[in-house]
Amino acid sequence: MKALYDFSYLTNAIHQWLSSFLSPNGVMITEMILVGLAFMLFFAVLGLVLVYAERKVSAFFQQRLGPMRVGKWGTAQTIADVIKLLMKEPIINKEADRFLFNLAPYIIMMAAFMAMAALPFARGLQALDFDIGILYVAAVSSLGVIGILLAGWSSNNKYSLIGAMRAGAQIISYELSVALSLLTIVVLTGSLQLSVIVESQADGWWLFKGHIPAMIAFLIFLIASTAETNRGPFDLAEAESELTAGFHTEYSGLKFAFFFLAEFANMFIVSAIGATVFLGGWMPLHIGNWEGFNAIMDYIPPIFWFFGKVSFMIFLMMWFRWTFPRLRIDQLLTLEWKYLLPINLVNILVMAFIGLVGWHF
Amino acid sequence: MDEVIAQALESQEYFINMGPQHPSTHGVLRLVLSLDGEIIRKVEPHIGYIHRSIEKMCEHDSYQQIVHLTDRMDYLSCHINNEAVCLAVEMGLQVEVPERVKVIRTIIGELTRLSSHQLWWGVMGMDLGAITTFLYGFRDREMITDIFEETCGARLTMNYNVPGGLMFDIHPNFQKRTKEFVTHFRKKLPEYDDLLSNNVIFRERTIGIGKLSKEDAISYGVTGPTGRASGFSCDVRKHHPYSAYDKVQFNEILRTEGDCFARYQCRIAEMWESLSIIEQLIDNIPEGPFKAPTKAVIKLPKGEWYQKVETARGEFGVYIISEGQKSPYRLKFRSPGFSNLSALDHMARGAKIADLVAIMSTIDLVIPDIDR
Repeated sequence: MKALYDFSYLTNAIHQWLSSFLSPNGVMITEMILVGLAFMLFFAVLGLVLVYAERKVSAFFQQRLGPMRVGKWGTAQTIADVIKLLMKEPIINKEADRFLFNLAPYIIMMAAFMAMAALPFARGLQALDFDIGILYVAAVSSLGVIGILLAGWSSNNKYSLIGAMRAGAQIISYELSVALSLLTIVVLTGSLQLSVIVESQADGWWLFKGHIPAMIAFLIFLIASTAETNRGPFDLAEAESELTAGFHTEYSGLKFAFFFLAEFANMFIVSAIGATVFLGGWMPLHIGNWEGFNAIMDYIPPIFWFFGKVSFMIFLMMWFRWTFPRLRIDQLLTLEWKYLLPINLVNILVMAFIGLVGWHF
Repeated sequence: MDEVIAQALESQEYFINMGPQHPSTHGVLRLVLSLDGEIIRKVEPHIGYIHRSIEKMCEHDSYQQIVHLTDRMDYLSCHINNEAVCLAVEMGLQVEVPERVKVIRTIIGELTRLSSHQLWWGVMGMDLGAITTFLYGFRDREMITDIFEETCGARLTMNYNVPGGLMFDIHPNFQKRTKEFVTHFRKKLPEYDDLLSNNVIFRERTIGIGKLSKEDAISYGVTGPTGRASGFSCDVRKHHPYSAYDKVQFNEILRTEGDCFARYQCRIAEMWESLSIIEQLIDNIPEGPFKAPTKAVIKLPKGEWYQKVETARGEFGVYIISEGQKSPYRLKFRSPGFSNLSALDHMARGAKIADLVAIMSTIDLVIPDIDR
């Protein structure tokens, strides 16, 4: 059963087929291009699906239908929007720093791409399996803040600058909580490699195996990752009722679409990391020794498990956004430095103790 | 000159134009903010972007026409504004309107207040970043708008009151639909509390923000729920009852905190009071004519009259000076929004940009009402 759903057969077959007529270097370059194309395609599809999902989810939270006109149930609405954004004139503020202004969206996109490369989508379906996977993802996903700061600075607009400064303070603070809550689980796995973390959850997810500290870590991760992706109730960087649109006020057309897309991609990435570390990644749900139940769960392909868990996390984040009011900047920083971080540090100590004594399952 | 620049650099202050096109000024209000980082040092409202010289236009219009200008001012309390002009003209003509008219005017006025507060609640949530509340507010407001549409044909700039009574009698469905709405909204109002009032983030954002003491409220002339949240007892319905307000039981909602949350609670509590006023009256509309006989061309005798009413935003006054012609010699509107806005600077100093949005939201500004 497990062999059937293993993508490494497919990737190995491609590798061997390419090797049969290309030099080793040629094979490497071709594979890199193929993987890059696959990610770009995935990125585009992800954007389409998540924008549609967000609009529908928000609509159902708000007792309305959402997009309904373009395509069946409005499914083609996002495509129409993309075409509109592509055709819009890219307006650049006269006083803007043109080079940095144009660079900013690409930096944000690049950070999202780089983080996505390390995600384990399914068995054998992972572009880069570093032995420092979590560290890598935490590092590159925080590169995005450079793009936000550049966008705010180069726009030469006070609203943009305030938004960018808020985003800088916010993302840098909340990164600590994200990393520490992930480290809480790393204490148990003993490895930073994402594939090893997934394998270690074959007999149960860390959320359940790690007792209460794991649940606390999961909650903190949820809060902090929502803040790190700049989504409501932590969307202070955009805060449309205060700063019109925050750091991307001056952007239009495709460059605006990049910011928009990067937000959804970041949401996907943090959800995927959360699903991988806390919810077993692509591992199916197994309950103790219910042989029949576990066997049925094994029939569901890992890729569905992965995307199911990610969708659940994304839905949670959308739920937050469409329910809560926004925090104020000082409250946001108070929450992080006075509450989440100390709780996190104590939590990681407790977890280390549990790991040492061997109380976890 | 160098000294001025050096001083400006020293203070680290900078200016931001908030508006006239800004999502949270709810119209074309322009606020010039002096900021120190995110902290507000000064707020200077610049008004006049939607000034239509309504008061001057009134000097050339007949009294029936003037009524139709007032709903372009505070478009969320249009029936109450209309009522104010009608009451002032009736005072000048010394016409006693039938009991039926008084009761219907009160019901319509309370429905208007409810719909205004519903919209305010939705927008308040949206200003603080909870966009869903906006749709919830509009969902319930829709029922009132439907009732008004059936009653007087319009959905936004509505006219139903005329000097001497009403334009026409109520629609046969009016009582039924109003009762339906009241039962519906009594169930939905607790939902408002669940979604916003009891939310931790919302409370953090509003409690202790934008304080206005009772003395300041009085000296700035702040009225309505904004003034009552500071403990200033200023409900015109209670102190100078007009229409049928002397026949119904209701409480004047007073809070003493004077912060954003008190103003919020004040309006939520007012919605409950409005529901109870409507319930008391809706089954007791007396029979009779819907209009006292008036002449086609109304000429007020020489004199001066002042009539004030309680709109959703506060005390709205109409001051008519007549020279015996068919149009007034001078007509002055005392709009609540103008006085309430004047206290904004006082409330917002030392707060943050996000607080300013919350404060503006709880003052419940309607810009055409300020500019007139």
